[in-house]
Amino acid sequence: MEQPIIKVNQISKVYQKGAIGSGTFSRDLENSVKSFYSRLTARNKDEDGELRKKKESIWSLKDVSFKLHEGDAVGIIGRNGAGKSTLLKILSRVTGPTYGSIEGRGRIASLLEVGTGFHPELSGRENIFLNGAILGMKSFEIRKNFDEIVEFSGVEDFIDTPVKRYSSGMYVRLAFAVAAHLESEILIIDEVLAVGDSAFQKKCLGKMGSISKDQGRTVLFVSHNMQSIQNLCNKSLLLNNGELIRQGKTADIIQEYLNEQETYTSLELQKNRKGDGKIKFKNLRLIDPETNQVLNQITCGKNLLIEIDFIAKEGAPIKDLEISIGFNDQFGTRQTLISNELSGQALSRPNAEIWTQRILVNKLSLALGNYSLNLFVSSKGCIHDWVMDAMPFYVEGDAYFENITMTLGSGKGNFYLDFNYL
Amino acid sequence: MDFGKAAKTRQQMTPRYTWKIESGNSWYSIKIKEAWEYKDLFFLLLRRDFVAFYKQTILGPLWFFVQPIITLFVYTFVFGKIAAVSTDGLPRPLFYLPGIICWNYFAECLLKNSTVFRDNFNLFSKVYFPRIILPMSIVFSSMVRFFIQMSLFVVVLLIYYSKGLKPEINSTIALLPLLLILMAAFGQGLGLIVSALTTKYRDLSLLVNFGVQLLLFSTTVVYPLNAAPVAIRPYIGLNPMTTILETFRHAILGQGSFSFSALVQATIITICIFFIGLVLFSKVERNFVDTI
Repeated sequence: MEQPIIKVNQISKVYQKGAIGSGTFSRDLENSVKSFYSRLTARNKDEDGELRKKKESIWSLKDVSFKLHEGDAVGIIGRNGAGKSTLLKILSRVTGPTYGSIEGRGRIASLLEVGTGFHPELSGRENIFLNGAILGMKSFEIRKNFDEIVEFSGVEDFIDTPVKRYSSGMYVRLAFAVAAHLESEILIIDEVLAVGDSAFQKKCLGKMGSISKDQGRTVLFVSHNMQSIQNLCNKSLLLNNGELIRQGKTADIIQEYLNEQETYTSLELQKNRKGDGKIKFKNLRLIDPETNQVLNQITCGKNLLIEIDFIAKEGAPIKDLEISIGFNDQFGTRQTLISNELSGQALSRPNAEIWTQRILVNKLSLALGNYSLNLFVSSKGCIHDWVMDAMPFYVEGDAYFENITMTLGSGKGNFYLDFNYL
Repeated sequence: MDFGKAAKTRQQMTPRYTWKIESGNSWYSIKIKEAWEYKDLFFLLLRRDFVAFYKQTILGPLWFFVQPIITLFVYTFVFGKIAAVSTDGLPRPLFYLPGIICWNYFAECLLKNSTVFRDNFNLFSKVYFPRIILPMSIVFSSMVRFFIQMSLFVVVLLIYYSKGLKPEINSTIALLPLLLILMAAFGQGLGLIVSALTTKYRDLSLLVNFGVQLLLFSTTVVYPLNAAPVAIRPYIGLNPMTTILETFRHAILGQGSFSFSALVQATIITICIFFIGLVLFSKVERNFVDTI
């Protein structure tokens, strides 16, 4: 068996809760005096250890080990907070692991963001060199690939214009073009394909595919888009709560991930909320109305049934409820709103502690992309519960038009109109 | 012939790992060789700072002259006319200007290095490169300003020569490159120490601006060393900037106290500060992304 190009040995990453961000000198001084005093007074070591444990710590990664071989294209799959980004950060050496080690050979280039270090005042040409150097390329390598980079980006005419005058699409294309021409043995990519129009996304995916398949280089790829992981990666890792649950063939891992996804999202524990709590959001489910099954992939153009469970505090019925669901895109811009005030339907709280409200969306017209849902319930100007970023929401498939040849996405637009050429 | 092939197959048989990421926080981990690999980035960052500065201003490099000239007028008025502090018998502009310019450079190295983690957080949190590249590029891009401002001093000096001032330049002028290195290293060392501490203790950064202002008076920018009481001269001399300024005035203007022992002392203090800064920086650079 060929020796792996990267060997990850039991890495863990621990964050100290509370200790982060509270860093003022006086507090640290206070803490160290306290712990020094307690160490003096502690009769044995156990007591001291007990005191230390009280500091709450969060394990962002726990004992993760795996090996990658040359030419592997590896997808990293997991829900938000599963530790994907932390793993990429450690692999790309942005931060260090708390325990464990990683060995490897060859250069690593990481693309955790498109256009890192771009300076708005510099021209496209200057930024290609600067960005390339930041990503670890030597000047002669950039010079060698310069024409190819410019051609790939498609901004030939503006190459000597400061990038602050670029459209966001041009900016992203240029930035990705630089990254795609890195000559590193290992390439790490974090969801950067969420930007740019779909034609360019396709081009990028193709380029990344050829990097691993034709050039035999190793690619690590994080995305929420199962389709692109499926297309690009031959192997995948499944993370959950910082632990590596399974690794293996991409198709199997994706299947497992989709099966294991909880059938609903519990909203009771959500912290990012406001309101008096008389009525609270409990659960939210996205359901396919045809099969009555919880959806694991939301497709544009299909009908969507939203089920919301509420829990109420006091017994008395509340009239004139407003229940609304806001759809924000990945930049936090409100794209659309579902509300009974829009449709003019009167709602009231039934005489029950827990009840369910169902909302049917006909032919979902949101374009491909990441959204988050904001839930809001109020009556007579009194906010009962308002949950911000209640749930990530990915529109992954597109069946808005029957014989679809291209799809909308960021850059082309955010939702479909129901049109027809006559 | 076949050597290459043989070497290649041997390499394939036992491919060695070329890097290792470990959890441990080693005591000293500035990797000079690795930083050298990134020298292209260093030069591009220099270029970026330079070009970006020019493109954002209308007057461009003229700004470099405005600050020292205004400061010079203020000093001449306050310390010269009002407080009547001695200038070692030198014309006031010739006395103050080198102090202002050198202090500017030192203070800029210190202040910019002290905020290097915060200023470049976005870059540091997204991509890895030897972190020390950025502080280094700061020191050198500030040097551009230093040289441009020094040309102002040269012009003023030539004006005084044409008015009949006797040139006093002597052989100690050969020490000027050393003085520049000392200034840069001292500023960077202090700056890196502060930068390492401010990743944990934000409140320290508030002190720094204030501290730099006060530090100005602990050194011989506005007064000559031999105007200070004899008893406190050794303490003023502890600040390497004092020796640097005195040596500079001695080399160009023939005034000021100059001694080799003072220079050696300043060099040793600077080297110590510089390495303490490097070590603290290298301790912090690995994980600061988590704490800032």
